[in-house]
Amino acid sequence: MAAQLLFFYFGGVTIAGAIVAVTSRNIVYSALSLLVAFIHIAGIYVLLNAEFIAAVQILVYAGAILVLYLFVLMLFNPSEEKLYLHKQAKVGIFLGVVVLFMMLFAGYKTEIIGKGGPLTAQAVKEMGHTRVIGNALFTDYLFPFEVASLILLVAMFGAIVLAGRGVHRKKGPAGRIDLSYRDKLPKKSSETPEEVIVGR
Amino acid sequence: MIPLSYYIVVSTTMFVVGLVGILIRKNFLIILFSIELMLNAANINLVAFSHYSGKVDGQVMSIFIIAVAAAEAAIGLAIIIILFRGKATTNVDEMDLMKW
Repeated sequence: MAAQLLFFYFGGVTIAGAIVAVTSRNIVYSALSLLVAFIHIAGIYVLLNAEFIAAVQILVYAGAILVLYLFVLMLFNPSEEKLYLHKQAKVGIFLGVVVLFMMLFAGYKTEIIGKGGPLTAQAVKEMGHTRVIGNALFTDYLFPFEVASLILLVAMFGAIVLAGRGVHRKKGPAGRIDLSYRDKLPKKSSETPEEVIVGR
Repeated sequence: MIPLSYYIVVSTTMFVVGLVGILIRKNFLIILFSIELMLNAANINLVAFSHYSGKVDGQVMSIFIIAVAAAEAAIGLAIIIILFRGKATTNVDEMDLMKW
């Protein structure tokens, strides 16, 4: 009974946070309500005996990805938008409701048939969830694991190359790195390198 | 004991909220948020099925999805930064040039 109450709390707040994230006019509110939704999804994972996934959800989604979004969002001088909906908004909502009922109709009666596998609550309790995941990840799924690391590497290079485009690095007077967009700022009167003043 | 269908209802609703968000909003960042919502809905489904069928494969897949989502966020945000540098807007309707 307690588990059911917790499930309704986590599920309800998740869906409410998702709806606020999508419909809010202020984009900062959107990002913060998305954060609320992600943290409550971690609660759903705990109810499903997946503690490691819950920790990864909080560390990676709520910690890394959302902070990245918030940093970039602050670059755009966020303000409330007047015309924030597409003109096809009504059609979109109607199609969304139709798709929702179709998917619920298809999925609501789902049951697992066949006998269960080895991952029971008892096994997780004995071995620890991290160990169970690690056993699968580094034996059966070793090749996909390596491919995922390659994807992350390529994404890192891609993000650096894309976002760093047009910012030429050159050595400044004092050997500092000068970013070229700073050249548009009014220059100081003297070209001599600034001396570093060390106290006392 | 919570039935499996409850989790399916939650994940389906989240997926459809993300889908509607992509369809109705103009802001590029909100569209990226909606994609994250849809990926999370898929993750809930995978972990729920993994729990009820007693196999670990779904949880491993959800870890891969989280990795891919992180890569997608980094690339998407880099793209929107260079778009914003050339044309100061986040409206997807105005992003209609290949080069400027």
